[in-house]
Amino acid sequence: MSTIVLKGIQKNYGAVQVIKGIDLSIDDREFCVFVGPSGCGKSTLLRMIAGLEEITAGDLMIDGQRINDVPPSERGLAMVFQSYALYPHMSVADNMGFSLRLAGVPKEERRAKVAEAARILHLDNLLDRKPKELSGGQRQRVAIGRAIVRKPKVFLFDEPLSNLDASLRVQMRIELARLHDELAATMIYVTHDQIEAMTMADKIVVLQSGIVEQAGTPLELYHHPRNQFVAGFIGSPKMNFLPAKVTAVTDTATTIALPSGASLDIPVRAGGQKVGYAVTLGVRPEHMRLAGEGELLGEVMVVERLGGETFLYTQLNDGTMLIVQADGEIPTGVHERISIKLDPAACHLFDGEGLAIERMERHPLANLRRLPTRKAS
Amino acid sequence: MASTTTAAPVPGTSTTVGGRSQRNVKTLPLVAPSVVILFLWMIVPLAMTLWFSFQYYNLLDPTVGGFAGFENYTFLLTDPSLWTAMINTIFLVFWVLVITVGLGTLLAVLFDQDFYGRSIARLLAIAPFFVMPTVSALVWKNMLMHPVNGLFAFFTRSLGLPAIDFFGSFPLTSVIIIVAWQWLPFALLILLTAIQSLDSEQKEAARMDGAGPFSMFFFIILPHLGRAISVVIMIETIFLLSVFAEIYVTTSGGPGLASTNLAFLIYLRALREYDVGGASAAGVIAVILANIVAVFLVRSIAKNIAD
Ligand SMILES: Nc1ncnc2c1ncn2[C@@H]1O[C@H](COP(=O)(O)OP(=O)(O)O)[C@@H](O)[C@H]1O
Ligand SMILES: [Mg+2]
Repeated sequence: MSTIVLKGIQKNYGAVQVIKGIDLSIDDREFCVFVGPSGCGKSTLLRMIAGLEEITAGDLMIDGQRINDVPPSERGLAMVFQSYALYPHMSVADNMGFSLRLAGVPKEERRAKVAEAARILHLDNLLDRKPKELSGGQRQRVAIGRAIVRKPKVFLFDEPLSNLDASLRVQMRIELARLHDELAATMIYVTHDQIEAMTMADKIVVLQSGIVEQAGTPLELYHHPRNQFVAGFIGSPKMNFLPAKVTAVTDTATTIALPSGASLDIPVRAGGQKVGYAVTLGVRPEHMRLAGEGELLGEVMVVERLGGETFLYTQLNDGTMLIVQADGEIPTGVHERISIKLDPAACHLFDGEGLAIERMERHPLANLRRLPTRKAS
Repeated sequence: MASTTTAAPVPGTSTTVGGRSQRNVKTLPLVAPSVVILFLWMIVPLAMTLWFSFQYYNLLDPTVGGFAGFENYTFLLTDPSLWTAMINTIFLVFWVLVITVGLGTLLAVLFDQDFYGRSIARLLAIAPFFVMPTVSALVWKNMLMHPVNGLFAFFTRSLGLPAIDFFGSFPLTSVIIIVAWQWLPFALLILLTAIQSLDSEQKEAARMDGAGPFSMFFFIILPHLGRAISVVIMIETIFLLSVFAEIYVTTSGGPGLASTNLAFLIYLRALREYDVGGASAAGVIAVILANIVAVFLVRSIAKNIAD
């Protein structure tokens, strides 16, 4: 059992407030991902949990115990650093066994534990090498092995894959997910890459300038973003935003008019919205299609063909840019004029402050959790 | 494709008249003067020293002269003063290295911490390196270690103890203290730079692994400093083998030969006894000794730096 609870956590560097009061709870065996743009305070938050930074205000609890003042090595956590931070003069085995050695674990037991971790990570025949004789992916695995050996309650990762090349990153992503399942441990993972967050997380915490914008399952964030920032951050390519005006409000839908003159019925609860209010329509590239009599007309400026799908960077008649995802087979070329049809059920509406207007129906998968099935050993 | 590969000159095996030969013509006259000067700079004194070391040559007695064979060498090598000087030299180099590297490492760790007035403290710690050897030796001799006027004597007297005659009772130790004081800033400077290059995430990883200050020092910081320590040892050894000013100013090699090293012995032979032949032979022995030390040092350090 290891649940982590953050209550009003704050961090100041001198007069600068970097973390502005974070409340969060991370369940046992959850894979929790902190995601956000560079400089938003993800690392700072993780390092406070690790004990490498002082907590200015608030309570940090693990399993109900306040651990603000417990030194890092006694919190039962292990951290994997972005630079791997391997000890260059020690062999792989010594790197992995260092914490046990400091803890006074006998040599035989130490060797067995290191061998066990090496087996899990497929490092068996690299144990005698020095870190500099390893490739990036292998170093990464040693860094993870160093964490595993300690059998921590919680694993902390700070952008562990950002120094790897693209294909290795995908491979390590899968391996980490497998590891999470196998170790049945709580993991907190920091990244700026929303794809890593979406693919691995049970719970995503979106941070921006020191506050939590939204926390939830990947599909909750995708289908029910709380505001325009989260909507734009989650999903690739980015969600398109178009200015619109409310023209009618009913019990089942809000009708809006786009600058192009087209009208759409979006199934959201109007709440405080009234006719004439300015709102923002959010629609993801994958929720549009090319059709004869669409709501939007524009000229294709750039075509990105990925094979399976094609992205059309389209300039609308009023000058705004729109990214449209189309089938990989379409022959549309640059400077062709296209007509785009929107799927109203997949559209999002944001009010004047950028907050999402609640949808009529919750997405059926929004609460889907992906907790490990195995029992903790 | 084929034509471009044949046309392009292959580096290293060049047969083309264009690039390479032209370069030789251009650069040789430019580097030649410095190469010639450096070569003469080294070879003339060495050749003269070698030549004189096989001659009877005493400035006080112009009547003796001529080829001496190995007599200067045999005289020296059987002279107990050479062995004393050699042992003194090794003793001095060894202890100065121990003190400067040991204290330098500790001070470097200290000055790496954040504390109020750190930059001024660093400046003060580095300062002795900019004092000329003669001056610092005089300061130590007259203001610190002097049995009557010295600061140390003042302290011992105020404790009711007799003053210590440093240069009379512990001549070599006193010289070692002075030389170590001069070279400590050098070691500190290099080691501090090295410590600052230690990846902070590595230290944090060690902290998470449960390393306290001592484990951190012995398992993380010290191994990281290995290379820098080798460099300090190599450079200091080269200079410490020829310490002269500090001895000349303070003890003049005495009492007896208690603080005479090889450099000072050569000076004693050549200038005090005007025996150019004997001094040259001692010089040659010093060169050989320095080279033996250098070979061992460079070997072990090159190995250290390579891995
Ligand atoms: N030691 C420090 N002193 C002052 N400001 C810091 C320090 N460390 C980080 N910051 C600031 O805190 C903010 C968050 O940093 P960080 O947590 O590293 O962001 P990221 O989300 O990219 O990991 C940044 O604006 C950074 O400039
Ligand atoms: Mg960061």
